[in-house]
Amino acid sequence: MEIDPFIFRLSIFILSIFIGYYVVWSVTPSLHTPLMSVTNAISSVIIVGAIIAGLAGNSESIFNTSSIFGFLAISLAAINIFGGFLVTQRMLQMYKKKKKDK
Amino acid sequence: MSANLSAIFYLISGILFILALRGLSSPETSRQGNFFGILGMVIAITVTFLSIGNFSSGFIYVLIFLLIGGLIGTFIAYKIPMTAMPELVAGFHSLVGLAAVFVAISAFLNPEAFNLGSPGNIKLGSLIEMSIGAVVGAITFSGSIIAFLKLRGIMSGSPITFRGQHLLNALILISIIVLTYLLCSTQSSNLFWILLAVSFLIGFLLIVPIGGADMPVVISMLNSYSGWAAAGIGFTLENSALIITGALVGSSGAILSYIMCKGMNRSFFNVILGGFGATEQSFSKDNEKKPVKSGNAEDAAFLMKNASSVIIVPGYGMAVAQAQHALREMVDTLKKNDIKVTYAIHPVAGRMPGHMNVLLAEANVPYDEVFELEEINNDFANADVAFVIGANDVTNPVAKTDPQSPIYGMPVLDVEKCKSVLFVKRSLSPGYAGIDNELFYRDNTLMLFADAKKMTEDIIKNL
Repeated sequence: MEIDPFIFRLSIFILSIFIGYYVVWSVTPSLHTPLMSVTNAISSVIIVGAIIAGLAGNSESIFNTSSIFGFLAISLAAINIFGGFLVTQRMLQMYKKKKKDK
Repeated sequence: MSANLSAIFYLISGILFILALRGLSSPETSRQGNFFGILGMVIAITVTFLSIGNFSSGFIYVLIFLLIGGLIGTFIAYKIPMTAMPELVAGFHSLVGLAAVFVAISAFLNPEAFNLGSPGNIKLGSLIEMSIGAVVGAITFSGSIIAFLKLRGIMSGSPITFRGQHLLNALILISIIVLTYLLCSTQSSNLFWILLAVSFLIGFLLIVPIGGADMPVVISMLNSYSGWAAAGIGFTLENSALIITGALVGSSGAILSYIMCKGMNRSFFNVILGGFGATEQSFSKDNEKKPVKSGNAEDAAFLMKNASSVIIVPGYGMAVAQAQHALREMVDTLKKNDIKVTYAIHPVAGRMPGHMNVLLAEANVPYDEVFELEEINNDFANADVAFVIGANDVTNPVAKTDPQSPIYGMPVLDVEKCKSVLFVKRSLSPGYAGIDNELFYRDNTLMLFADAKKMTEDIIKNL
């Protein structure tokens, strides 16, 4: 009997939960806010679905109901990708070590 | 580009996302981690374009919409003040949720584009996956909107409860399951729209009863939901980058929720069922008769000048008063006088995980002077002065002594063990939990009644 490809995707999913579990526990508490903003940014990789949806229209009708939702989703995800990564970058720039002065 | 090759690239971008989170284990590696995240995103988007390979006129519109979103995002990222991070993150969560809903709608209306069958005859597995993605996405969207409004102060932070609330929520959750089942058996588009509407409604109802200070839990929970929504869509699209990312974000948010609940010694369900802080307002009036020592900036400056070590305990009040820069100035002055200064941060200080750390970092406080509760709690006994600025419940010794108290068992900072405690607060009003802080009436406590920023500035003048 053949294994349904769904099982392979499920395996990836469950193993990734475990990876996430161990990786996130190792995040230092002082960086929990950047953690939230960067997870925000990466979960916007949902944009790949939006792009497929947006490009699904044929050349006669680029805009149909389905592709319009795709285009809107592209914009929403893009706000998150740019906003999320840049604001994370901005925060991380501020975390500095004690300067050895005196 | 062949489907197999693009699948491998999606896997690579998934791995880069894991490295992005891994980088956050220390501030030194974090910037590199963020770079990995950006790289992973660029790969995922490029591969998607190449795998479609259809550079027809639609392509230019994709770029236009991408650019519009990108510009808005960039603008927000540079304009947003650090004190507004909690609402920004809540706002971003709502966008992920809505994007997931839109992609699911798109896939439902035009399943051919995603190889999922034809309208009215979508593959059963795909239909279940996209329903889950759409439902969780819709809950994330409406829940985050409420969280955003509460954090922004547009909506009152106090919990909104009514009779039969839990019963109503339970009925709606059951109806979501029934609707999903019917949708899968009939493939009716009307049911799909109803399912979405009901999901939006439940997201709204779930967050409304949760109060302002529980926002750290809510915001982490919505973070988690946005991940599960992305994973649901990932299954529909058979895309490993999305599945990996969804699982990472989902578990990340779940762990943060757990840490926040533990910081308050409350169970997750206790927080989610809401209404905390609405019941305990009836603290007895005789407390007001108890003697309280209050002082001014001069007294505070005198105490600190003669101390050899000072521990700062910041809380949400510091964020509200935007006092972090003034605070850092005060600490600089103290350090010039060879006084050792450290910062103690409670896990649930502020309105989101790590909120205080970011504000202190913004004010150029080096991160190696900032300590978490477990690291620093023993140091209070040896310190001369604890400077509590904008925190309240997280310092209340009642959590250790009175089993009747609603916050009993919550881990608290042992500030009362310091030789003297300076408490910057606007009035004697109880904190969020609605209980009186025993610390106010201790002999070694000096209350400084003022706005946090103004008081800090006055102290600097007197140092």
